Amino acid sequence: MILRPQLQDLKNIGYYSGKILIGIGLTMLVPMVVGLLFAEINPALDFLIGAEIALIVGLILTKLCFTEKDLNWMQGMVVVSLSWLATMLVAAIPLYMSGHWGSYLDACFETMSGFTTTGLTLVQDLDHLSYAHNLWRHLGPFIGGQGIVVIALCFFVKGVSGAFKMYVGEGRDERVLPNVIDSSRFIWLVSIVYLILSTLVLGLVGIANGMKTANAFFHGACIFMAAFDTAGFAPQSQNILYYHSVLFEVITMVIMILGAMNFNLHYRIWTGDRREIWKNIESRALFIIIIVIFLITLIGLSQVGSYPRALVMFRKGFYQVISAHTTTGYMTIYARQFIDDWGALALAGLICAMAFGGSSCSTAGGIKMLRLGVIIKALQQDLKRIILPERAVVEQKIHHLKELFLEDKQVRAALLITVAYLALYAIGALVGMFYGYPFLDSLFESTSAAANVGLSCGITVPGMPVGLKLTYIVQMWAGRLEFMSVFALIGFFVAAIRGK
Amino acid sequence: MKRAIRYFLSAAGLVLFCGTVCSAQPLSSTELVNKAREYDGKSVVYVGEVVGDIMARGDFVWANVNDGENAIGIWLNKELAGEIRFAGSYQAKGDRLEITGVFHRGCIQHGGDVDIHAQSIRQISPGRFVREELDTGKRNFTFILLGVLSLVLIFIRRRRSKESGLRTG
Repeated sequence: MILRPQLQDLKNIGYYSGKILIGIGLTMLVPMVVGLLFAEINPALDFLIGAEIALIVGLILTKLCFTEKDLNWMQGMVVVSLSWLATMLVAAIPLYMSGHWGSYLDACFETMSGFTTTGLTLVQDLDHLSYAHNLWRHLGPFIGGQGIVVIALCFFVKGVSGAFKMYVGEGRDERVLPNVIDSSRFIWLVSIVYLILSTLVLGLVGIANGMKTANAFFHGACIFMAAFDTAGFAPQSQNILYYHSVLFEVITMVIMILGAMNFNLHYRIWTGDRREIWKNIESRALFIIIIVIFLITLIGLSQVGSYPRALVMFRKGFYQVISAHTTTGYMTIYARQFIDDWGALALAGLICAMAFGGSSCSTAGGIKMLRLGVIIKALQQDLKRIILPERAVVEQKIHHLKELFLEDKQVRAALLITVAYLALYAIGALVGMFYGYPFLDSLFESTSAAANVGLSCGITVPGMPVGLKLTYIVQMWAGRLEFMSVFALIGFFVAAIRGK
Repeated sequence: MKRAIRYFLSAAGLVLFCGTVCSAQPLSSTELVNKAREYDGKSVVYVGEVVGDIMARGDFVWANVNDGENAIGIWLNKELAGEIRFAGSYQAKGDRLEITGVFHRGCIQHGGDVDIHAQSIRQISPGRFVREELDTGKRNFTFILLGVLSLVLIFIRRRRSKESGLRTG
């Protein structure tokens, strides 16, 4: 029997969603101040309006739904999925008011793409966008990558055991430290330390490359936020091609890889345990798969003669593979070149890289290396069972932060999420084909959206069909939250209608 | 015979003239990117607005020029770049230039980038600073929302003090 949600369920969900909206409203004050600093009056007003709306709605929700009761699993999951939708709607207000997005839906697409660290964009005339709006585009991934709920846990939720339910609901099933709030704070500490260092380095490189000082550091901060949070937004329409700099490409590649690493691994490195990188199943899988996919891509590129020299092919190919695998989506080529210049094999390599994604408990999307590692180990175990005598006891170990025996429960969970991702990639591709796009183009763009990558082969433009925009929004949302919270929200609505 | 030669030379001249005019037609960035193999290594004419930073690299500079569809990197010497006065941003409209140069689909000199090595540039229209005027509609809406937010805060504070009064009472 399905139970209809009670008033207390609604109160808990409303209260915590309200808290998160207040957080988003306060965050909008950052681009507002930046707008004022750069004498951008109308953009500053856009953010003040956005912040006021978020604060009004958030305050009303927290007041009407005030509760001191803790969250249960269902409530925690629903809070997360609803908060992400509410954030999309509120965060899109200042973007839409700028006039650089064709419709409110386009602005919503942009915020969902930013907060989920995807990086697909529908902005028009990006090269004339204000500093304030550009900062908001990049601040979205920085907040969403670490987790909207994670930030709320740091500042607004204290000592609540229900915090863990929201933390898990946001696609993080691992704690860095025993306490979930301490874990959230560590995630933010790592991110802010890297932000300061990378902005400094990228800013100096920008100055050496001939950029104006203020612009160089602004770009440095924006590029770091989008690279570390594997989002792929850039302040100019040419993306990374704008900088015409090999050094810039190398630094962004390092940041992308750091972003795709498990925060637990960051913790180990920070605490001096560097050997974990070489032993960990995730970092090993990431390393091996990058090499395999890069070789496939190189063969594909040389088949069609995309680039005149090997070194050039290496530079372009490697950057795009790293960008796809870390699910960042930074590009040093134009979108149509994937289709016109790269050939089917190289494109298939990139699609695989995007689909597999980065590490769990990182800012990257996709299936994730840990799940892939678990599935491969399970396959090894089954093969051993077939080959070895029937009486032999076959045990499979994996090393992920510590030595673990592979359990059926783990394999089942990994397979379930992998199948869900594959289904999501396929559904998006089918919708793309329904609107008349070729198979490979549709699969590329769909995988990019669902794995939160942001590489585009040219389908994602302001004039694309509304149905496809909505499909990609849902894909980005479900892919970022790793399905469970989305399923919980669907279950919640079903229970509200059919429950007793 | 002389007459025939004169006719032939005139016709050849006309064809050459037409050809020059045709090839001097500006190409859009979309056309250049989509037909990159066709235009690779050829002299093209490209028109657009200078955007972002003018980045000096030794005796040359990078200028990114946007034609409203995409922006393409233009590699030009400092002398030519000296003619650029405004680069487009939120607060400025950049110079609109006509660039004649060699298009590369995967430039060997620049790590495989799509770019144009400029041979000459011509300013079509000068750039300017964009004066931002206060949007009064937005300003008024901000004040209305500020009023609503203040009311909500007052309401919350009153209820809180009432509740704490009930508890202590």
